[in-house]
Amino acid sequence: MRILGEGQFRVDDDTAAKLTALDKDLDAAVAKHEETAFGTALRSAVTLVKTTGTPLEADEIATADFILPFSDATVDEVNKLLADGTIPGDSIGLP
Amino acid sequence: MSVMKRVSLIFRAKADKALDRMEDPRETLDYSYKQQVEMLTRVRRGVADVATSRKRVELQMNSLQKEINKRDAQARDALGKGREDLARAALQNKAQLVSQYSDLETQFASLQEQEEKLTLASQRLDAKVQTFRTRKETLKATYTAAEAQTRINEAFSGISEEMGDVGLAIQRAEDKTAQMQARAGAIDELLASGALEDHVGGNQDYIQAELDKLGAGTDVDNELARMKNEIAASAPKEIEGNGAAANGQEAAAAEQQAGDGV
Repeated sequence: MRILGEGQFRVDDDTAAKLTALDKDLDAAVAKHEETAFGTALRSAVTLVKTTGTPLEADEIATADFILPFSDATVDEVNKLLADGTIPGDSIGLP
Repeated sequence: MSVMKRVSLIFRAKADKALDRMEDPRETLDYSYKQQVEMLTRVRRGVADVATSRKRVELQMNSLQKEINKRDAQARDALGKGREDLARAALQNKAQLVSQYSDLETQFASLQEQEEKLTLASQRLDAKVQTFRTRKETLKATYTAAEAQTRINEAFSGISEEMGDVGLAIQRAEDKTAQMQARAGAIDELLASGALEDHVGGNQDYIQAELDKLGAGTDVDNELARMKNEIAASAPKEIEGNGAAANGQEAAAAEQQAGDGV
């Protein structure tokens, strides 16, 4: 599990189940472009991961199965990210 | 589909694309390492830029605080001199400055948080880049094995995700500091030109000038009073002397009257 801007965390099954529910809220909010609902679900998810998850060791290199947007991200920002238009190529080693 | 899954797939797809483009996976390792080192430099510069913005906001907060204190003192001064209208103007101005101040306070907290997050991100990336560097050499040495290929992919995807994350974080930080710098620049100009003080009831010196006038008026009154006192303090002897003479005359006149009356 990664939170953009805050690193990676390992979460247990209980947290994962709660995150799945919150993820549905996130998805619905993005689909309906509901900024308030999106912000609420996002903050809950971020807080949940940060309080119940275990941060990965700094020198551990791994890919995350799920990635949460920046904790203060907007629906527009997430849409842009999902449209693959935001991550700078050179920042992930693209030639 | 889930938002969290989709975001992770975007990162994965980017990394896969880069891997596909490389014919020799060893090239990927070296190329990626070079990018990582550049990214580390960028994120450190990013932290420094955010810190500079934060300090600038802090300086502005200090300037505003001084203005606020000044308005407060003016209001008290004006009330003391019985000019409630001036006190009101000063307090109205103060309220505006206080609102600007609280806006800066929010900006300051946000920059501070961003600085902390970026600092941690740079530390995480630094540790991962060190790991990647050692692993890269091991992987290059054992590259012929099929397992090595998988491990190269893993290491590359993992570090790519980290770099993508940091890259985005720096972009956001740059956008945010640019916005704040524009606003900070506007406040600097306002403070320098005195326009900020002009927002309410003419200009600041309308309040100060009135108070100064009152102050000057009071000084004149005070001086007049002092002079009167001085004169009063040096006069008594003469007045007493005259008084004694007058009393003497009066007494003489009384005696005369008394004599006449008899």
